[in-house]
Amino acid sequence: MNDDGGVLDRYAPLVDDEAAFRAACDRPLPSVVRVNTLAIDADRVARAFDEEGTDYERVDWHDGLFRMADRSPGTTWPYAHGWVHGQEEVSCLPAIALDPDPGTRVWDTCAAPGSKTTHLAALMDDTGILVGNDTSLGRLSALRHNAERLGVTNLVVDQQDARNYSLNGFGFDEFDATLVDAPCSCEGTIRKNPDAFDTWTLDHVHEVAGIQKGILRRAVQATRTGGTVVYSTCTFAPEENEAVLDHVLREEDCRVVEWDCPLESVSGVTEWKGEEYDRQVTRATRIYPHHNDTGGFFLAKLRVGGEGEGVGA
Amino acid sequence: MTDGSDGEGAPGNDGSQFDRLPATAAEREVEGRATRAEVLDWWEERFGIEPETFAGHTFWEKGKGKIWVFADDLPSPQEREGVGMTVLRTRQEHWKPTTTAVRKWGHLATRNVIELSPGQATAFAAGHDQDLTEWDGDWGYLIAAHELAGGQVPIGVGLYLYDELRSVVPKGYQEELPEL
Repeated sequence: MNDDGGVLDRYAPLVDDEAAFRAACDRPLPSVVRVNTLAIDADRVARAFDEEGTDYERVDWHDGLFRMADRSPGTTWPYAHGWVHGQEEVSCLPAIALDPDPGTRVWDTCAAPGSKTTHLAALMDDTGILVGNDTSLGRLSALRHNAERLGVTNLVVDQQDARNYSLNGFGFDEFDATLVDAPCSCEGTIRKNPDAFDTWTLDHVHEVAGIQKGILRRAVQATRTGGTVVYSTCTFAPEENEAVLDHVLREEDCRVVEWDCPLESVSGVTEWKGEEYDRQVTRATRIYPHHNDTGGFFLAKLRVGGEGEGVGA
Repeated sequence: MTDGSDGEGAPGNDGSQFDRLPATAAEREVEGRATRAEVLDWWEERFGIEPETFAGHTFWEKGKGKIWVFADDLPSPQEREGVGMTVLRTRQEHWKPTTTAVRKWGHLATRNVIELSPGQATAFAAGHDQDLTEWDGDWGYLIAAHELAGGQVPIGVGLYLYDELRSVVPKGYQEELPEL
């Protein structure tokens, strides 16, 4: 059993079935791969797995996801060819929510190690300009390796602090869409990283929330009016989720919009520890491990500029 | 090195930035730098991959002869950690394609593709060199391919010399894979 140090107790009032929630957090996560559609289609991947005798199960909600019976997909031909990439189911949601068009300009603010970045590149059909930014050179080398492995050619890899990101040198001054898959306390990854709670402190949650607010504000500023910003974390803490949205809704010109989440999910919470958040945060998505047998996740889709299409009451 | 064969010390060649390749030799400002036209010619001559394949892409040099390919265009130079994907190593006697470029565009090749048997493919992917006397095509860098899931799939770059196929699959890409 994972030692959560009591962290999960915080979230008992938020979940529908506390016992199922705790039990799911204790189970290891299935190994999942995403098909790299820049290289191949999902049926050919299935055929290749069949030919080499690799067992898998296709995920019902997404044609390009395979749950692997063996936990190391690295030693398969489809992996060696860059046809698949190890990526958790919930980690596929940000790119699906951002839904970037081919030929557009997209900024991935916290891109390394690149699962979501390469997914964005695939949805862009490897056209346009995708900027994958991160602060750490070590993590950037992982991003570059993953992008090369999957044959991504529309990616510019950049090393800046996303909170004061500069577009100097690009020859354009705003993006069409931006992903903020923010650094977080990673509570939702407990099934994959059983020591995720070892270093958990409330101080750390507040500290990382400050960084998240800074990055999300810059993301909204750097995205054109009418453009889309997706904010996501792999944590349950409202301090890092709804509170960050609430802050950005007050400080920047943007709205939370509805999006069609393909997994079972619940709405964002408007009250937490005596704080009240903007009602728009109910359009955000919370994903708990027991609902879909995945990791935990949080996601919100924002439209830059307060008026116009996609803005509900 | 003073002969310039690896580009070291070449004027204007800066390892910290990406410079877009000149279109032709007439526009070349940096000595030894490959041109876009030469890169396109090389892919066509060596592998029969048509220049049109790269019509929307720009080519960039960073450091000593490493060429990158980018899906769009940007002002040059770019001080970034990456601009697109590595595609080719120039400034040496025999230009060498990257494993990733061969995996991306190798299926378009019409020559210098060596089809490996299941056992040969597995050995190649693991990084092993192997004697291979039946190849009667060009020597030098080849695209090694095998049959998988209803089609021929490029595995990576091989170097064919003296009846031997050397696997130049980088260590990070080498895998012990099942024999199909």
